[in-house]
Amino acid sequence: MSGLEDLYREIILDHYKNPRNQGTLETPPAVVEQGYNPLCGDEVKVFLVVEDEIVKDIKIDGQGCSISRSSASLMSNAVKGKSVKDAQTTIRTFKKMLALKDEDDIDGETIEPINEHTVGELIALQGVVKFPVRIKCATLPWNTLTQALQSAMAK
Amino acid sequence: MANELMVDNILDQGVLDAQAIKNDFPIFKEVKQDPFVYLDSAASSQRPYSVIKSMDDYYRQTHANVHRGVYRIAEQATNLYENARCHLGKFLGAPHPELEIVFTKNATEAFNLFAQGYGRKFLSPRDVVLITKMEHHANIVPWMILKEQIGFELRFLDFDDDGQLILDDIEEKLKGVKILGVTMASNVLGTINPVKELTQMAHSVGAVVIADGAQYSPHFTTNVKDLGVDAYCTTAHKMLGPTGIGALWAKRSILQEMYPFLGGGEMIQNVTTEGFTTNDIPHKFEAGTPPIAEAVGLDAALTYLEGVSLTAIRAHELSLLTYAMDLMEERFGSRIKVFGPRDPKKRSGVISFELEGVHPHDVSQILDQEGVCVRAGHHCAKPLMTSLNVPATARASFYLYNTEEDVEALVAALERTEDFFK
Ligand SMILES: Cc1ncc(COP(=O)(O)O)c(C=O)c1O
Repeated sequence: MSGLEDLYREIILDHYKNPRNQGTLETPPAVVEQGYNPLCGDEVKVFLVVEDEIVKDIKIDGQGCSISRSSASLMSNAVKGKSVKDAQTTIRTFKKMLALKDEDDIDGETIEPINEHTVGELIALQGVVKFPVRIKCATLPWNTLTQALQSAMAK
Repeated sequence: MANELMVDNILDQGVLDAQAIKNDFPIFKEVKQDPFVYLDSAASSQRPYSVIKSMDDYYRQTHANVHRGVYRIAEQATNLYENARCHLGKFLGAPHPELEIVFTKNATEAFNLFAQGYGRKFLSPRDVVLITKMEHHANIVPWMILKEQIGFELRFLDFDDDGQLILDDIEEKLKGVKILGVTMASNVLGTINPVKELTQMAHSVGAVVIADGAQYSPHFTTNVKDLGVDAYCTTAHKMLGPTGIGALWAKRSILQEMYPFLGGGEMIQNVTTEGFTTNDIPHKFEAGTPPIAEAVGLDAALTYLEGVSLTAIRAHELSLLTYAMDLMEERFGSRIKVFGPRDPKKRSGVISFELEGVHPHDVSQILDQEGVCVRAGHHCAKPLMTSLNVPATARASFYLYNTEEDVEALVAALERTEDFFK
């Protein structure tokens, strides 16, 4: 099962079985956005508290496959405590990693090269690229986070 | 309720050599994957060489537009197309095969045609359309679209833990119903519904009945006259035929009353600057150049199915189904949950299941790695998924070319899956 090991890395299975930052937050003060993958019925809710342009808290709720759940869990770790701007950069870098954005320069902003140092644990999700149908699973929580950041900033 | 659609004691009638049948299907030799265990025929079947060849021959030797030219090959093409219509009509037991089959793009278009052609003409805001919670979206959304256009009540029949429609309160449910839409066999649960009995009840309150045969006609002998239904939809690609062609069968009187649906060439008798008059049935509903090569392919598919016999196909599938359900029970016990009727005789050849602790998407991913093709998702039946309280299921489905080895490959791959996620 060589190809599979790229998809289901140890760390992914760990985040699937023990998802971090799971649960809900009271709205308000938190905002919540919901995302669906119409293909497979997966759904994810991202609860977010933003204060002084910092992601103070994030919780993930919903149901989904190992890829979408672990991606959400890794994402929550990656953005918690970051500034909104840095969180948005992380989203862009993540999407670049999944080859959804191949230009190095998006909106005049240079995106860091993809490696263990720049994306940390998120690198574990890079193997998803080899399984195109699963890219949607991996990006679902990130698209939902983008919306949640927008709603938080619009408040 | 006695369900006349379930044929008991079928196991001892006719044995079919699935391995020999497999040899008639080029994909099992030519697909670049080894092993290739195809267990997704409920989504779309494979097709035998004879079907592919018939379409190839048609394009090489006969092609011309139908119902238009007076030259020889145009007439031949028209004959082939009309022969396919008659063949499908006879295959479904239609009293007037040459008049009552309307070719569509697929079963979905057939439902839209019926909703817009019949429903829009005869429904008013006070009426009720009754469907079931195990319908495919093809028999749900066209009614929802129509409901937005003219307003009526869309009511649902529930099903129980064994995947059987709950009919205790059917008289109450039928109050005010003008149209009943029900699937012959559920694409998720496999349930074979008592459509004949339901039709009698619906007729007693003056409702018309449209049945979804997409998962039934590929596997069981169909006789619309005996069923008593008023309309019936089917689709070629699930019964060894090509994609791009399906059909609505409806009683002659109903087709005559229906509004046209798609407008354009072929469906008219005359067009002036003031308006148009429609062609006779069934042409009234076939606007534009139809899927001619696909009709030829469907014709060949029906011939193939008849050659093997639907009775033998059902017997074969029932034996695979029984074997698979037993094996899954034996190897996984309560760690696997199979949805739908527990008795294989009460279901068609599909098994939707949930493997404890593993999401269906992950199940199908690992199965794919083992060469086993199953479907994971909501199977275009969201209300059904909601009733089952799951986001998705994995589904294996059988057809005439599947073997016991395929079942064993499925079970072995499921064991690998379980190990992987342990
Ligand atoms: C029960 C049922 N009805 C209708 C359809 C729709 O068939 P098609 O996609 O060919 O229109 C399907 C196919 O998935 C089905 O399983």
